[in-house]
Amino acid sequence: MRVVAAMSGGVDSAVAAARMLDAGHEVVGVHLALSRSAATLRESARGCCTLEDAGDARRVADMLGIPFYVWDLADRFQRDVMDDFVAEYAAGRTPNPCLRCNEKIKFSALLDKALALGFDAVATGHYAQIVDGPAGRELHRAVDAAKDQSYVLGVLTAEQLAQAFFPLGDTTKPMVREEAAARGFYVAKKPDSYDICFIPDGDTRGWLTKRLGEQPGKILDADGSVVGHHEGAYGFTIGQRKGLGLDRSAMDGQARYVVGIDRAANTVTIGTADLLGVDEIVGMRALWCGPAPTGPSQLGAQVRAHGEEVPATVEPDGTRVRVLLDRRIRGIAPGQSVVLYDGTRVVGSATIETAGRGRPTEPAS
Amino acid sequence: MPAHYLDHAATTPVLAVAREALIEHLGQTGNPSALNSAGRAMRRVVEESRERLAGALGAQPSEVIFTSGGTEADNLAIKGAYAARQAADPARRGIVLSGIEHHAVLDPVEFLVESLGAAALFAEPDDRGVVTVDALRDAVRDPSSIALISIMWANNEIGTIQPIGELAAVAREHGIPIHSDAVQAVGHVPVDFAASGLDLLSLTGHKLGGPVGTGALLARRDAKLTPQLHGGGQERLVRSGTVDAAGAAALAAAVEAAVGMLAVESARLITLRDNLIQGALDLDLGIEVTGAWTPGSAMDRLPGNVHLRVPGTDGDSLLFLLDAAGICCATGSACTAGVPRASHVLLAMGIPEEDARGAIRLSLGHTSTQADVAAVLAALPEAVARARRARGAA
Repeated sequence: MRVVAAMSGGVDSAVAAARMLDAGHEVVGVHLALSRSAATLRESARGCCTLEDAGDARRVADMLGIPFYVWDLADRFQRDVMDDFVAEYAAGRTPNPCLRCNEKIKFSALLDKALALGFDAVATGHYAQIVDGPAGRELHRAVDAAKDQSYVLGVLTAEQLAQAFFPLGDTTKPMVREEAAARGFYVAKKPDSYDICFIPDGDTRGWLTKRLGEQPGKILDADGSVVGHHEGAYGFTIGQRKGLGLDRSAMDGQARYVVGIDRAANTVTIGTADLLGVDEIVGMRALWCGPAPTGPSQLGAQVRAHGEEVPATVEPDGTRVRVLLDRRIRGIAPGQSVVLYDGTRVVGSATIETAGRGRPTEPAS
Repeated sequence: MPAHYLDHAATTPVLAVAREALIEHLGQTGNPSALNSAGRAMRRVVEESRERLAGALGAQPSEVIFTSGGTEADNLAIKGAYAARQAADPARRGIVLSGIEHHAVLDPVEFLVESLGAAALFAEPDDRGVVTVDALRDAVRDPSSIALISIMWANNEIGTIQPIGELAAVAREHGIPIHSDAVQAVGHVPVDFAASGLDLLSLTGHKLGGPVGTGALLARRDAKLTPQLHGGGQERLVRSGTVDAAGAAALAAAVEAAVGMLAVESARLITLRDNLIQGALDLDLGIEVTGAWTPGSAMDRLPGNVHLRVPGTDGDSLLFLLDAAGICCATGSACTAGVPRASHVLLAMGIPEEDARGAIRLSLGHTSTQADVAAVLAALPEAVARARRARGAA
């Protein structure tokens, strides 16, 4: 097959490209330019798309003897990922831009462009497995549980999976680094990227403030009394504990968390940890990888990139889905995604619209 | 080299005479500034090269300042002349240039504007990519405030040739020094430094069959330049550093050869160029040629430059598809990251950004043949169709 290997300049995508070549495919390396103002050199483990990263990707392509190009998808990334990120925060939700990037950029803009230019598929260095199942291609968790990225790929449809390769799904990260070193890639020891690539200093609140401006408002206790002030409700996430900047500490000595964000009133409500526990999620924009469940199903639900999987009863309802967790979990933020698993298989995903309590009391565990 | 190399404006194969001169003198030891016999022998190589280069371009040997290439020559001309003119009269802060200059001119000017309080005044090109005398006069309204003028001889992307003699006459009228980046012109169209009326002219080796890393600034004897490289005082005290004798010899050999075969070679390239442009237009794919083009002539366009715009495509898709078909072309001037952006040259000509995206440059040179032209014309229909689908997709 003719395959575009998306090459970020990191070790994972380098080994993924090499494996595609070894498997006998015709491989072309493509580095995505996603920033209009790329920095020259990488200065931290955060960030991406520096000229140095593009250069690292090019050097690996040189060593593999494959053609290499930089494709400029900065406009699409700005619109579909960054603008969406700002709008979601402005609406009081907490988006996951990596999911959005996979859905809209890597397996949409990039894949579509590749197909139009005569390629058959896109390969990336994601840690996830694609398995041929009875109803088409299935997405499964990676062998390396610590690196598993099936959560951020949970938005992909069976059709997109049919044109995708994840050559690292059966390998652990240490093995990938070893293989990169054995292949002579000098990116073998390059640090992993963390956090949000377009906020290199990691200061999400500061980044948002530049775009949304300061919107001062009140921080309320669970009983409605004012306990502090904030510079913009968008800077908070359900379950957040640090950075609340309260005027007075809680009388009871218990830690306080963000338990509610009301964008209309521009208030942030805090409360004790017990208020964070929820067991019912209503998701919108449900996407099914393969056939949608026909009725209530027992599945596993994961609500964060590296969160645990909780058993749940899942009830599809058109483009929505109701997820009743077997036990309460803390800090479910609207805007994040719930990804549903059957064993290791990704069944589908939805964007969390609301989270609450579907059962009057905590079920006995 | 790939089957069809159509990127001669980026760099062109080194001519045999230049390679031989380089190798011969790389094997020779001696510092041209040394006072011993080895040094004298090396100095002789440098000075003979200087004389040959000057002779081929209508300059005096003393007007040749060897540099590491076009970028250094441009930087020395812009920064060196600006500093000298400022020192003589601090009121001279203006630098007149066109919006279609190469970054080796644009960026030094931007540096002077940002760091040293210079003011950039643009003489904008017309829709054919030509800077007219009227446009220059318009930009030089207040001559006493102008430090220098810099207008390229031939554009590197769209190949249009500027009326340098007429522009230089305007500069002369006002006593303002004028520089021209002639990197794309020397060896491709007739260049006579004395007759041009220019004060400063940049050239490079690797666009005309010399090695990369060689070049020169031609500077009239009365041109005032503040040194940009300080040290041993070589090259009229303005460009310190041991002179690259082997490089100078190779550059001189290449310039002589290119100028020597210019008449015959340009006629040959004009035919290929016109076949490619006319052939592309005749494909009925909506392709447009950018900039002035007079068939059969190199009066307004370089003999080897073809610049096409394909509506509804991205240049990088076309480049990829042609590359895959064994054809090397360019989308304009690539930046370090290799990210194609809408060209500042096309935007300066008033071409809308949307229209500037699907642009490719196919540049012909001394190894080009009709087979290259035929290969491009054969590959274009499918490449255009696919690139249009890719544009629709992404």
